[in-house]
Amino acid sequence: MPKIRKVLTYVVLVLFAILSVWPFYWIAKTSFEAGGNVYKYPPSLIPYPATFSNYVGAWKTVKLGNYYLNTIIIAGFGTLLNVLFSLMVAYPLARIDFKGKQLVLFLILLPMMIPVQNTLIVNYLTLRKLGLLNTYTGVILPQAVTIFGIFMMRQAYLSIPKSFEDAARIDGAGELYIWWRIITPLIKPDIATLVVFQVITWWDNFLWPLIVLSDSNKYPLSVALVYLNSTFQVNFRYTAAGIVLAILPVVVLFIFAQRYIINAIAGGVKY
Amino acid sequence: MPGRYYKSLRKKQLLLAFFFITIPTLLMVLFIYYPLVFGIKISFYQYDIVGESLYIGLKNYVDLLRDPLFWNAFKNSLLYLLVVPPLQLISILLAVLLDRAIRGRNLFRTLIFLPVVTPITIAAITWQWMYREKGFINFLLQSLHIIDEPIAFLSDPKIALFAIMFVTMWKGFGYYMVIYLAGLQSIPRELIEAARVDGAKPSQVFFKVTIPLLKPYILFCSTMSSIAALNVFGEIYAMTKGGPVHATETMGIFIYNRAFEYLQFGYSNAAAVLFSFVVIAFSLLNFYLFREGGLKSYYA
Repeated sequence: MPKIRKVLTYVVLVLFAILSVWPFYWIAKTSFEAGGNVYKYPPSLIPYPATFSNYVGAWKTVKLGNYYLNTIIIAGFGTLLNVLFSLMVAYPLARIDFKGKQLVLFLILLPMMIPVQNTLIVNYLTLRKLGLLNTYTGVILPQAVTIFGIFMMRQAYLSIPKSFEDAARIDGAGELYIWWRIITPLIKPDIATLVVFQVITWWDNFLWPLIVLSDSNKYPLSVALVYLNSTFQVNFRYTAAGIVLAILPVVVLFIFAQRYIINAIAGGVKY
Repeated sequence: MPGRYYKSLRKKQLLLAFFFITIPTLLMVLFIYYPLVFGIKISFYQYDIVGESLYIGLKNYVDLLRDPLFWNAFKNSLLYLLVVPPLQLISILLAVLLDRAIRGRNLFRTLIFLPVVTPITIAAITWQWMYREKGFINFLLQSLHIIDEPIAFLSDPKIALFAIMFVTMWKGFGYYMVIYLAGLQSIPRELIEAARVDGAKPSQVFFKVTIPLLKPYILFCSTMSSIAALNVFGEIYAMTKGGPVHATETMGIFIYNRAFEYLQFGYSNAAAVLFSFVVIAFSLLNFYLFREGGLKSYYA
């Protein structure tokens, strides 16, 4: 590669890397700054003098622990149902022959094109009828089935040779046992991918909890931070500390499970 | 008796298939299919959260077409669609640069991907902080002498929407880059080598070989980014809530506000129905534009 192109490549990549990471640095810096420094202009590029007091303050005054717990409950149960339902629907679609399979596949794929806004109001009314407004169940249930997950698990099930289940059948294993104990363990890496992907998706989830939950004590972090930020009751240093704590789990998850996430996204084209 | 064995096995399998598919499908029917049908129905009603719902025919639609705020939101969504997905194609360049054997490749990929896993509303608050009059962006631009006076990124109606678009793109670059990287890895090296041997310049290789072969990936990415642009909600809600004076009110915000601030469910649903036609039309247009190309067309 000619030298000038190599230099240009690096210039572009370094600029994009800085653009991508700078906001994280800036919010982290803000979260370590003391009282008056936050609004100082020109801003200092490093937090000096640095302090941990914003984290203590954020944890104590804005019930961050509570929002954290809400997020974990919603993301945890949401992901669990996403994975379970994906495995259930995908298994017959991949490994059992039955009439109307193509139709089922088509009907599952169809709603991918339809904008979320079309279902918001009716789902709100349905949840109200079911008495599920302002509950975690109400947040999770309408998003418990993920089309992406079904297709991903189907692809994984398709890759397992039929001989595995035949061998188990000869040994007298039942169909349910074959599904849960023989075939499903073989696609563990794909399940891990789906789990990581769904946890990140739930952590990001905003619109639906905003609509369903009316009690701000039940908000997950994504909604709570917007709420705190827009009420202006809270010092921005505390919000910044809250942001850092809210991003931390997904960033750590990403760093350890990078391969899985990238596989999930790169694989999306195939379905 | 193998015949009887297979019959009973088949029965068990069908039972399992039925049971496994039914429960999640019921949820899909309740929360996806039913809302689509019932949503169209209540768009013909004056359906407010309090009081009786009243059949009013096409009145919601007629009112919508006369509502300047509807057209304002429509225009803003269209603008989002015309700006964000095309600029998001820069991801192809990033993928091409990272497809080469260069030092620090994984590090660059990780860093550029980091915004993708960040919750959008949290990213939005962070950018809102940096966009302040005395925030980092104005500081940077003033230090570099690009501007003299600070820009009111989120409170100037002419600029606010573009400032938010930038955040949407910032979160998206890494996502599309990873998809294009997968696409580039699927292109056989010999095709590019052959073009080079035949004396093609790097730019010719890029536009005449790489891009046509990437077409299925471009289709996927542009469909995804078009749908995302039309559905944009979280970043706008978190940064401006549609303001100043409706300058950043897109269809998503308009529909949300009508329903959950003004409680006009019928009216809001009529807007959603009208708008979904636009979304579906654009998805189909994408398919039409990129229907050819890719490896298959190369060998066909």
